[in-house]
Amino acid sequence: MTESTPRNVVAKRDQMKSVIMALGMLPVLILLAIAFELLSGKFLSVNNISIVLQQASINIVLAAGMTFVILTGGIDLSVGSVLAAAAMAAVIASTWPVGWLGVPLGMVVGLLFGLANGAFIALLGLPPFIVTLGSLTAVRGVARLMGDDTTVFNSDLPFAVIGNGTFLGIPWLAIIAIAVILMSWGILRGTVLGTWIYAVGGNREAARLTGIKVTLVLLFVYGMSGLLAGLGGVMSASRLYAANGLQLGQAYELDAIAAVILGGTSLVGGVGSIWGTLIGALIIAVLSNGLILTGVSDIWQFIIKGLVIILAVALDRYRAKGEART
Amino acid sequence: MTEPVLTMSHISKTFGPVRALVDVSLTVYPGETHALMGENGAGKSTLMKILSGAHSPDPGGEIFVDGKPLPTGSPQVSKEYGIAVIYQELSLAPNLTVAQNIFLGGEAARAGIVNRAEMREGAQKLLDRLGLDFRPSTLVGSLSLGERQLVEIARAMSRDAKIIVMDEPTTSLSSRETDKLFDVIAGLKAAGVAVIYISHRMDEIYRLSDRCSVLRDGSYVGTLDRKELDADRLVKMMVGRDLSSFYKKDHTPTDTARDVVLEVEGLGDGRFVRDCSFQVHRGEVLGIAGLVGSGRTELLRLIFGADPAAEGRVLLEGREVTPKSPRQALDAGIAYLTEDRKGLGLFLDMTIRDNIGMAVAERDAGGLGRQNFAKARERAKKAVEALGIRTPSVRQTVGALSGGNQQKALLARLLEVQPRVLLLDEPTRGVDVGAKSEIYRLIDRLAQEGLAIVMVSSELPEIIGIADRCLVMRDGYIAGEVTAGPGAPINQEDIMFHSTGAVGEKQKERAG
Repeated sequence: MTESTPRNVVAKRDQMKSVIMALGMLPVLILLAIAFELLSGKFLSVNNISIVLQQASINIVLAAGMTFVILTGGIDLSVGSVLAAAAMAAVIASTWPVGWLGVPLGMVVGLLFGLANGAFIALLGLPPFIVTLGSLTAVRGVARLMGDDTTVFNSDLPFAVIGNGTFLGIPWLAIIAIAVILMSWGILRGTVLGTWIYAVGGNREAARLTGIKVTLVLLFVYGMSGLLAGLGGVMSASRLYAANGLQLGQAYELDAIAAVILGGTSLVGGVGSIWGTLIGALIIAVLSNGLILTGVSDIWQFIIKGLVIILAVALDRYRAKGEART
Repeated sequence: MTEPVLTMSHISKTFGPVRALVDVSLTVYPGETHALMGENGAGKSTLMKILSGAHSPDPGGEIFVDGKPLPTGSPQVSKEYGIAVIYQELSLAPNLTVAQNIFLGGEAARAGIVNRAEMREGAQKLLDRLGLDFRPSTLVGSLSLGERQLVEIARAMSRDAKIIVMDEPTTSLSSRETDKLFDVIAGLKAAGVAVIYISHRMDEIYRLSDRCSVLRDGSYVGTLDRKELDADRLVKMMVGRDLSSFYKKDHTPTDTARDVVLEVEGLGDGRFVRDCSFQVHRGEVLGIAGLVGSGRTELLRLIFGADPAAEGRVLLEGREVTPKSPRQALDAGIAYLTEDRKGLGLFLDMTIRDNIGMAVAERDAGGLGRQNFAKARERAKKAVEALGIRTPSVRQTVGALSGGNQQKALLARLLEVQPRVLLLDEPTRGVDVGAKSEIYRLIDRLAQEGLAIVMVSSELPEIIGIADRCLVMRDGYIAGEVTAGPGAPINQEDIMFHSTGAVGEKQKERAG
């Protein structure tokens, strides 16, 4: 910021920086895709890409909700269980006279669980990790209870098109995922609430002293995470024509958190973007799909996926440090 | 006289452009309780940190312990030479026992196995010697703050300390605990240990010290013997400096006939602030002085609703508002500038635009809570212009700005809500001289525009330079009020008297 540096040069440099920051893990995603194409020869086919998008879609939706939460410096470990409960509700309701109601019902179930998390965290001031760890277990129990601990089926699911249909050749699941990303982007970058979310995560006490409704912000992000987990439940149910309270959504929260972290969102809060989360979720999906295509055993898939996550984040830290120094 | 146990000679210390200490010398004798006095920022703590090895002095300074030169800059070496510092923020492990804490780092161990019995015995001996009545097996976490301090002293004694430094040890002690501490100090004295005692409280200095040295603005002013100790003299030594002209005060001083904007009635939180009442008029700058820990920040936070009030009311233009949250205060027209702009004020990762507009973003928003970016940019640009914030663009992140510009950005955020009352907590802390004078100008201008301003400051020249009246706080109470007379500024010595609780000759004269 010396006199000799013209304003536009500084502005351009800042712009470049923010572009590089926004790109984040995109180069990693592209490299992975090219590597798998070279190794298998069929990764980049239209058909396979469509499969990858479909596989990624539910995690994208969960990770979008997780992004809201992590941006405030919190965490939501309950999304997998909430997804299972919502899927149960959706399938059960699909057998009622107006079967389509299963869709909104599943989402409302998710929203209510999310708001319950938010109430404990925002109103009682309990730590998010503890609250959502508790609901991870409790809601899993509720999901099992809903179907008397059995798998519920509906071979004539009225909203099966969500999970299996396409629109102009694109799977509906992928379209929903992209819509969720766009909506999240709109909220985070276009509304006052979005600015507040970043502010609460960046400095919670400063946010309170600035007159920001911190309680409302926390209720919103956990509610949003629950709502999107509910949507994920509906997507999952419509794909499978069934739901199982015990198994569905197990460990999904880990993939969602991994996607958010891969996307460059800080676990401390206040820094990150929804586009990073999208790329993070796609990296996870590409890895799963590519490793299968190249014939790697599923045991090794776990090990490789875990290592890639650690490596990618290490790389990101290193890069961020380099920038801070300049 | 005996040989000194400690000689510090020609100690200077510069931190970047700041000269914290300039050619300070200090001599301490065995068995002496040597008080060290000075305003906040006079250099007492820096001097002690050099002694303890936390900082290295600039080349040229030398320290001798028992005649031997002390290699500076290593806490470990300083400890080995028998120097122990009892810190304000205690460094004990609350989950361990008294004995374990006393011997922490120097456990009686053989082949890595701790000999508990030996440790307990050793600890008991030390406790007996100091006349302390708790057991070695007590958990430190269950002790009061005062007792913990005594454990720290026991720890220092276990290492054969010759010089023990106590930095305002009584700030968080009850009077019974203080008495106990003084007994222990008397015991140390009898055992030939030198105690360097930093305090702001005159009564303690009178009670304890054999000699008293005074620092001011990083320089050594002088040393008084016990029989020369005199409040008037000490205060003059601590304060005596010229007020430079860079304070700006064009707003007309208090005219009590003018409307009262803010009225505080018996406000208190039951802990740090008790029964505080005062009024602030339109266009007035009211200073609040007092020592660190006297409840000034807590008082401002109560008025702003940042902490819950246990008693009292806040009235704005005659109407009760007593905010329960910062949001209510802001809505009523009360804004608060925190003393900790990085920790409690700014969003360092966010842009200047977002930081300045944060408090009014909701007001400006369009339908569905859409943020009005054009308006926010407009506001930020105007504020950058008006306050002279030096930045290439309002999209710069605030964390990249200098301290002074950060402070101005935070002030800009407060001014966007168009408050009628401005509560400023150390408005120029950590700000360079140029930005300081700009902030003074701004405060002056705001007063001219009719705001009621309350300013907490540890820098007396600042209060004298721009405040019309000054309240002095001590131990949570408003201990006194000092008003600028016609043509005469606020008297600095009066402030020092009120804040230390000293009754000086002048006060007696006036009372008589």
